[in-house]
Amino acid sequence: MNDNHRPELPARLARDLDGSFEELVVVHQRLVYGLALRVVGDRGDAEEVAQDTFERAYHALAGYETERVAAMRLRPWLARIALNLARNRLRRRPPAARALEDGDGQPLAVAAPATAEPAAVAERHEEQERWAGLLATLPRGWREAVVLRHVEGLPYAEVAEVLGRPVGTVKTHVHRGVRRLREQLQEREERTPR
Amino acid sequence: MNRPDLHDDPDAGWRALAEGLHGLRADPPATLRPAVLERVGLADAYLRVDGPAGPLLVAYNGRGISATAPGADETAFAERFQARFRRPLRPADRPPARLVAQVQRLLEPGRRGTPPRYDLRGTTAFEQAVLAKAQEIPRGQVRPYAWVAGELGQPSAVRAVGTALGRNPVPVLIPCHRVVGSDGRLTGYAWGVPYKRALLAAEGADPDELERLARRGTRFFGSDTTRIYCYPTCTQARRVTGPHLQRFGGVAEAAAAGYRPCRVCRPPALAG
Repeated sequence: MNDNHRPELPARLARDLDGSFEELVVVHQRLVYGLALRVVGDRGDAEEVAQDTFERAYHALAGYETERVAAMRLRPWLARIALNLARNRLRRRPPAARALEDGDGQPLAVAAPATAEPAAVAERHEEQERWAGLLATLPRGWREAVVLRHVEGLPYAEVAEVLGRPVGTVKTHVHRGVRRLREQLQEREERTPR
Repeated sequence: MNRPDLHDDPDAGWRALAEGLHGLRADPPATLRPAVLERVGLADAYLRVDGPAGPLLVAYNGRGISATAPGADETAFAERFQARFRRPLRPADRPPARLVAQVQRLLEPGRRGTPPRYDLRGTTAFEQAVLAKAQEIPRGQVRPYAWVAGELGQPSAVRAVGTALGRNPVPVLIPCHRVVGSDGRLTGYAWGVPYKRALLAAEGADPDELERLARRGTRFFGSDTTRIYCYPTCTQARRVTGPHLQRFGGVAEAAAAGYRPCRVCRPPALAG
């Protein structure tokens, strides 16, 4: 799902923000949440970042001229807001206390509940954890570029827009990131006894 | 990550990587969409609190409290809410602590604090001005519709004031029950006059006494020491001791006796 599938959504948001905003959430929540999750690492924080992202977007759209809204490229715009909010949250997070509870003193639901989780789902989560761990070894700039390009599937032009860098730079970062990941993958493979 | 052909096929490594990275796409939790819609005010949640005269249902969104209704009939509340606001409404799964505290403080006697924010979209500027004025009336006190109209600089808009108060989306919290008929009677209330009396009684007013004064035609109390006249429930009037208390049936009478209006409760002065 991307803007190309909903070319008329910006125009509708410009005409009737309240009537079309839910559609914006439905279309882009996977990207916004997924991106936040890859940056902040835990699901509770990622959901809050995603909520903040859409709240910001709503108020921004409400304040913009209709012509501006109608001409917006929503996907890179939302991804950029999400990325900035996620980075901010990561920076504010006290390193030790975070793992224990969230802001309201409630125990964190870090991952999906382990109880009654079907074996296939558990296995998929484990697999995801391994990939996330691998990704986490990359320098931040490379990691963000790789996530936008290869996890979320954005075209290079949009990745560049989100990161505020030239397309060439972004391509270099993605290629270097991917090469590093492949090297690490191969190392692990060789260490794994067959 | 155990791809057996990693060394044999040069593209297999890349395929494994692409597949693994793509597998990291995460489904957003089902709670995200309703939470966002509530935060921007396109949907609401509600909770039940102990009101001053029985349970009170309180709907809210990120903009503030949007609706209240006395009673515990959640179905009827949801139906009325949807008919009026045309937004989804669901029971709150975790009541926001700050909002609950603000509501409780507002309803507690003798406590003053930051009042909660209200979401009054759908009301006119005039209605909002009327509701703001009603919020100026202290607990346990009452003012006539004509007072609200006069304070707004539209003394002839008494009926419009009554209509605006009748459309108050957040009764009890915005105290439209403290506004009474211009003759002092505890007239019309969207939730019934007995409930209006119960709310006023819970705030320390004496509804029977208010009705008695209205029947006798007493509109104002005055003090023969200060020569000031007040609405009977004004704190200033309640400080006047028995022998000094004067009763007036109207502004003209008080003015003729040489009295001036109280600066606290601001009853009308004689025109001209």
